[in-house]
Amino acid sequence: MSQNGSHRKEKIGVYVCHCGSNIAGKVDVPAVVEWAASQPGVVVAREYKYMCSDPGQDLIKNDIKELGITRAVVAACSPTMHEPTFRKAAADAGLNPFLLQMANIREHCSWVTEDPVAATDKAKRILGAQIHRLPFNEPLDSIAVDVNPDVLVVGGGIAGIEAALKLAEAGKHVYMVERNPSIGGHMAMFDKTFPTLDCAACILTPKMSALGKHPNITLMAYSEVTKVDGYVGNFTVRVKKKARYVNTDSCTGCGACQEACVVRKVKSEFDQGLGYRSAIYIPFPQAVPLRATIDPEKCLMLSRGKCKQQSCVEACGPQAIDFGQKDEEIELPVGAIIVATGFELFDCKNESTYGYGRLDNVITSLEFERLSNASGPTGGRIVMKNGEAPKSVAILHCVGSRSENHQEFCSRVCCMYSLKFAHLIKEHLPETEIYELYIDMRANGKGYEEFYKRLMNEGVNFIRGRAAEVTELAITHEEEGKLIVKAEDTLLGVVRRLPVDMVILSAGLSPQHDAKEVSQIFGFGCSASGFYLERHPKLEPVSTVTDGIFICGACQFPKDIPDTVAQAGAAAAGALTLVNNATVKVEPTISYIDPEKCSGCHICVGLCPHAAIRFNEEKGVAEVIEAACKGCGVCVAACGSGVPQQRGYLDAQIFAEIEGALAV
Amino acid sequence: MKYSYYPGCSAEATAVAYDVSTRAVCDRLGVELVELPDWNCCGSTSYFSVRELRSFGISARNLAIAQELGDMDLVTTCNSCYTVLAKTNRYMADNAELKADIVEALNRAGRHYDGNVNVRHLVDVLVNDVGYDAVKAKVTKPLAGLKVAPYYGCQLSRPIGTFDDPEFPMTLDRLVETVGATPVDYPCKSKCCGGMMMLTKEEAALRLCFELLKTASDREADVIITACPLCEMNVEAYQPMVNKQYGTHFRIPVMYFTQLLGLALGISAKDLALDKQVVPVDKVLSAVPA
Amino acid sequence: MAQLVTKEDVSRLHKVFLEDMYSIPGGEKLKLCQQCGACSGSCPTSYLMDYTPREIIASLRAGMLDKVVHSNTMWMCSSCYLCTVRCPAGIKLTDMMYELKRLAIKYGLTDGSKNPTMTKIFVDNVDTYGRNWEVGLIGKFSLRHPSVPFKFMSMGLKLIAKGRLPLRPKSIKGRDELAAVTSFLDSKEAVQ
Repeated sequence: MSQNGSHRKEKIGVYVCHCGSNIAGKVDVPAVVEWAASQPGVVVAREYKYMCSDPGQDLIKNDIKELGITRAVVAACSPTMHEPTFRKAAADAGLNPFLLQMANIREHCSWVTEDPVAATDKAKRILGAQIHRLPFNEPLDSIAVDVNPDVLVVGGGIAGIEAALKLAEAGKHVYMVERNPSIGGHMAMFDKTFPTLDCAACILTPKMSALGKHPNITLMAYSEVTKVDGYVGNFTVRVKKKARYVNTDSCTGCGACQEACVVRKVKSEFDQGLGYRSAIYIPFPQAVPLRATIDPEKCLMLSRGKCKQQSCVEACGPQAIDFGQKDEEIELPVGAIIVATGFELFDCKNESTYGYGRLDNVITSLEFERLSNASGPTGGRIVMKNGEAPKSVAILHCVGSRSENHQEFCSRVCCMYSLKFAHLIKEHLPETEIYELYIDMRANGKGYEEFYKRLMNEGVNFIRGRAAEVTELAITHEEEGKLIVKAEDTLLGVVRRLPVDMVILSAGLSPQHDAKEVSQIFGFGCSASGFYLERHPKLEPVSTVTDGIFICGACQFPKDIPDTVAQAGAAAAGALTLVNNATVKVEPTISYIDPEKCSGCHICVGLCPHAAIRFNEEKGVAEVIEAACKGCGVCVAACGSGVPQQRGYLDAQIFAEIEGALAV
Repeated sequence: MKYSYYPGCSAEATAVAYDVSTRAVCDRLGVELVELPDWNCCGSTSYFSVRELRSFGISARNLAIAQELGDMDLVTTCNSCYTVLAKTNRYMADNAELKADIVEALNRAGRHYDGNVNVRHLVDVLVNDVGYDAVKAKVTKPLAGLKVAPYYGCQLSRPIGTFDDPEFPMTLDRLVETVGATPVDYPCKSKCCGGMMMLTKEEAALRLCFELLKTASDREADVIITACPLCEMNVEAYQPMVNKQYGTHFRIPVMYFTQLLGLALGISAKDLALDKQVVPVDKVLSAVPA
Repeated sequence: MAQLVTKEDVSRLHKVFLEDMYSIPGGEKLKLCQQCGACSGSCPTSYLMDYTPREIIASLRAGMLDKVVHSNTMWMCSSCYLCTVRCPAGIKLTDMMYELKRLAIKYGLTDGSKNPTMTKIFVDNVDTYGRNWEVGLIGKFSLRHPSVPFKFMSMGLKLIAKGRLPLRPKSIKGRDELAAVTSFLDSKEAVQ
């Protein structure tokens, strides 16, 4: 084998970790060390209980400094655990980090092999592969890429608002893109928030207002992101600014148009269909930006081509109505992106057994928020469809949640908001009887258990049992005209029929209906639950697999407001870490296409999943866009001539590994 | 449109009118039914209560006979037969060991079954294969003004649940509209009639039938139509017992949905075996235009 | 009829019962029961049961077998499948009830209600004739429960008059086929 000669040039250090008993309990570490010491090129072979500790790392560092080793292999856990640790140690001691490899004898060996003899043999092979490979490693340097200091925040709910404000206060310029005509998200619809019973609008609107006025924030409401190109530090985002048919520079938000409009009975989305708006409308009084928008499907002028009165035009002082306005497409260059697109409520029509949509006075949680809210369609009066106050209310937990038939996960906030509803009802209607049907009471936040206790004190009837059905079938006289909730009171072991006037469905939180498409625009995917996929569920909940793109809030998974705000801060910090520097380092284990050897066949260009190869028309060869390349190896495998080589994974290195593994 | 036909045991006894009206209606709508030769009882709910593997086996014999008849779907009119036969198919498809046992058992009886006969209920065939429009085209005596409460029973849309909503099915409601009548919406449309419990614990079944009759009657239904022989028996033949138990005076006509459909298609009451009801149906017959 | 009396009986049968329950198609899902009670709340006959369906699952898992086998719960099940359709854990409760019925009959543990008797007569009829025989079913049933015929007398006569209740059983030709099928499958079940 021609590679043999290269062994003599390098001085290889071998370090075998015990990892407590994780490795040493199965693999005969001393035997492996002894064997390793006899391998070609190895000048020192050591073992240690915990190589990742400081003394363990020092072993490597000292050997670099004192013995002058030129290559190192640490036989221990998976590289995903500690490759960065050991490579940094090597770098600190003056050895190029890419001249150190890890041999995984834990996840790939001691943890998955029953027989100790077989495990020891396998450990030798895994280690042998790296010993053979190391002479072919070349020193590599991280690539520095310029960073655009601007940040894009997608989504104007509490998560996006918080992240944008943090970044703006840090002196960064922020673009915010929000799909609806106003920012505020779901929180703007709530009445009070648990457990403090703060008025949601009172704590949110100051932030909304600050955002709208902030000199560092460019707010683009009623807009959507349609495409994202580029790579960390250098994204190009295409945004569609939807036509409001109102000139936002001249519109003052006075609202005269919506009073004058002839189309008055459009179900208001903000009021969850319980109230009405006009075809030209401002979604709610505290909207930011406070500008009118025309609904093109309901406006007579836009949908039919003519409106006799055009009363909005007549009423508008600044003459801001512009029926000829068109959608606008712009491109924004940014360095980092935070996606905070929130959630949708579970569609209760899918749980037909509770009668939503079929029976009167069965309402969803968001509908109740609007009823209870003083600025809602009933002026804060909790009433049934006939305008009367309910004398009894049942609140059903876990609607659409924790079920194989709908969503498997627990939506985390419903128990708490159900308790909040009970309190609000008691506040508005002290005589009303309330039944809370729960399965498990999840009150695991600060002040949450105490809130639960408060509600117990307020005399709410807690019944442990998932409601089986809501029916209008009355058996006794008392049940006539009521909604009957059938459930087993599991603590008593008795099936109960609860005749009530109103049923509130505590519906779970669902991913947005287009979460999958949106996630693909930004280059990350979705989890099994349908929410956006984070880089690591424990340690990196706001990063994604795409460097420079972050997620936060309910779009990552259902959560309450405190957690949302915390995640927004974390995402802002992540973005800030990136854009605060002029450059960002990108891993050098990327593809390299030798222009001398490339025949210009184009095959790799189309195959690259990260669009990281461009074809240089002038030279007639393919070129790797270094910062975009993720080192996936597809082009290396696909090229018929074997031209692209992945640095750090050259063919010579791979073959040497194979030989090393087989040579034992 | 040609189907193999599994009548079910009741079709020759308590539900003979269902069989007669089914054949008459299918003939009128161009649906050819080929009765399975020498079919046996599917086992219904009772056989399953005693033996599991065996009940799959006896059910599967019918499917094997259907396979021999040719490449057609198997249609049945009884909810229970439908569920048992379809369930047999499903469990055989999900469980290789079960399938192997049943196939071997059938082989020993000289029968062969691959597991591919598609089991359908007559309601499914009429609304999906024939179609509402085709049915409407053949209606010669629209039953305008007649308020019909469709009673689906449990096992039509559950657990198989492929052609209608498991809890709020609508196919029969729409069929009622197709023949010009008005469907009555009432909460018991797919609730249990008590089934076999009418014999073993009649208070349970009587109560369920009472609730059904009461809500249908409260909503002014002129007639209740059913898609299952046992449902029909409980709601119709046992109406006097319900009245006795609850002190009520229900006299709501109950008929098989095929009988109502047949009347709208212009078939005579006699040819639809409408003389077999225990509760008189003359009010319904008088609503049929001449 | 064997009655559970000894602790050994209970613990021996507990293992058998629980394994049997897990072995029916989808039976492993019993482990996922959250005890939410949607099944009991849905059941149209739960008011007649000693223990609700949910309690039966909890009792099974807790090894309180005597509760389970002496209860009338499974015998009150009308196979309406509402529990199965609504269970958030995807447990096939109706099938579970069938299995409990089968186990109870197998070990001779019934609650003395009419249900087991009737199902056994039904099965006998089908095995003998290949078809259900309603008159025979009621007839043989009445031998065990004499009050029955009086209750259904007037209705029965009306049905006979309308030609809806044939007095004689109908027999199929392929009775030996049925016998071949059932005897083979019996031998398979005995092995399990």
